[in-house]
Amino acid sequence: MSEEAEGTRTLEEQQEMDDKVISPEKAEEAKLKARYPNLGAKPGGSDLLRKRLQKGQKYFDSGDYNMAKAKMKNKQLPSAPPEKTEITGGHIPTPQDLPQRKTSIVTSKLAG
Amino acid sequence: MAGPGGDMQWCFSQVKGAIDDDVAEADIISTVEFNQTGELLATGDKGGRVVIFQQEVENKNQPQFRSEYNVYSTFQSHEPEFDYLKSLEIEEKINKIRWLPQKNAAQFLLSTNDKTIKLWKISERDRRPEGYNLKEEDGRYKDPNTITSLRVPVLMPMDLMVEASPRRVFANAHTYHINSVSVNSDNETYLSADDLRINLWHLEITDRSFNIVDIKPANMEELTEVITAAEFHPHQCNTFVYSSSKGTIRLCDMRAAALCDKHSKLFEEPEDPSNRSFFSEIISSISDVKFSHNGRYMMTRDYLSVKIWDLSMESRPVETYQVHEYLRSKLCSLYENDCIFDKFECCWNGNDSVVMTGSYNNFFRMFDRGHRRDVTLEASRENSKPMQVLKPRKVCAGGKRKKDEISVDSLDFNKKILHTAWHPQDNIIAVATTNNLYIFQDKVN
Repeated sequence: MSEEAEGTRTLEEQQEMDDKVISPEKAEEAKLKARYPNLGAKPGGSDLLRKRLQKGQKYFDSGDYNMAKAKMKNKQLPSAPPEKTEITGGHIPTPQDLPQRKTSIVTSKLAG
Repeated sequence: MAGPGGDMQWCFSQVKGAIDDDVAEADIISTVEFNQTGELLATGDKGGRVVIFQQEVENKNQPQFRSEYNVYSTFQSHEPEFDYLKSLEIEEKINKIRWLPQKNAAQFLLSTNDKTIKLWKISERDRRPEGYNLKEEDGRYKDPNTITSLRVPVLMPMDLMVEASPRRVFANAHTYHINSVSVNSDNETYLSADDLRINLWHLEITDRSFNIVDIKPANMEELTEVITAAEFHPHQCNTFVYSSSKGTIRLCDMRAAALCDKHSKLFEEPEDPSNRSFFSEIISSISDVKFSHNGRYMMTRDYLSVKIWDLSMESRPVETYQVHEYLRSKLCSLYENDCIFDKFECCWNGNDSVVMTGSYNNFFRMFDRGHRRDVTLEASRENSKPMQVLKPRKVCAGGKRKKDEISVDSLDFNKKILHTAWHPQDNIIAVATTNNLYIFQDKVN
């Protein structure tokens, strides 16, 4: 009788092994579930899709957005002239002191 | 060495873009498209810019002619915007460019970002009037008292100037992100598709569009699939298809109803439920759909394969080509680094005998349908000597790696070729790496 039971176990194990061999996908799924045990069962579910629908960075408001853009522009154009005196609030800026609101469009490198 | 199509041997022709490795985000190429004659090649990038190249054809009738594409025009198509209501940024990235068939001297194209489609007119100016009565040549106005005679201004030749001007702006019709634009064969209308809706526009009318597909559920919790791509049939102006994130393609006939929510045909390959895994749905999501030039077939691209469908058979594709099957055993890492969501495009050659799509490590693949042959080629600066023949590449999935093979673990997943285009008539292809545009040509052509 014990021989019978052992035979059955080996069959089940064999099935599992077959699964892994036949489907590398299932092996990868097992790996993923091991790393993220809290992962939901429905991968293509509405959570993923809704995240996809709302792609794009969220800002607090338009002021936040414009500040972030200005910071990025300063980083991307390091060649901006540094000779303008710093406006730290020590004096009231005149129109000439203020940096230009819209920096010149940089041409695509493909056209270079 | 014979490649696909018998004698096709691909050679390097040109590469555009900066050499440095430090890629600015704005320079990332987001779309590539030939016009109907292949004379013009347009690219769009993440910075909202469009660059158009024109083919300079010298000695086209001679064998082994070299066609060169040089910059014809470049302009800023879209600017970043801010959606005040949702506090979200609207990227200026150009998602798609589609050329209109040429009707007169000027060229027209549609370019779109996530929210707004624009019709651009590209026209040449090679003459200018000279000899005005009231103005000097530099534009200053003359003192009218000094004018004693009248003359007719004459058109004089000048250096060619190519001007791009926005002729129409089609805005505010999409709540979700536009993924496709397709010009109808009737040359009057076009469709634009976002994640949940497809709209039909008339090229002349910007303040109205018709919604022809709406798959938004009443309750967003019930959302199960989104629209991933859409295209009009090349000859039948009433027919279009759209693909979904679940791997299905729906063909719709606009004559059947005003709202084409009910498809005329549903193309879906049956799946073996025992093979289903966590990744099945994600990798079945179709990233691109393209009709063949003859209008009898369509091709879809999902994460691992390219499928050719016969429009008269909905039950399964007639051909399936594995692009990079060796990635199936890497899906876990590809999910973690988000590469599994990469959207690869695909394209047909002029006579629908060969199809092409991109992969990782700057590899791209071609499948010859007739000769049942496929090849993997690489777009890299190392193979960029003029007319240098591209050597086929091979990826080793496991086991012993042969010389010249590259192992899966050595592939660079940051070097993706998502956008490729094939000249409508000749064997000239444009392949976009992250920030460079490669042009390859068949040696014999």
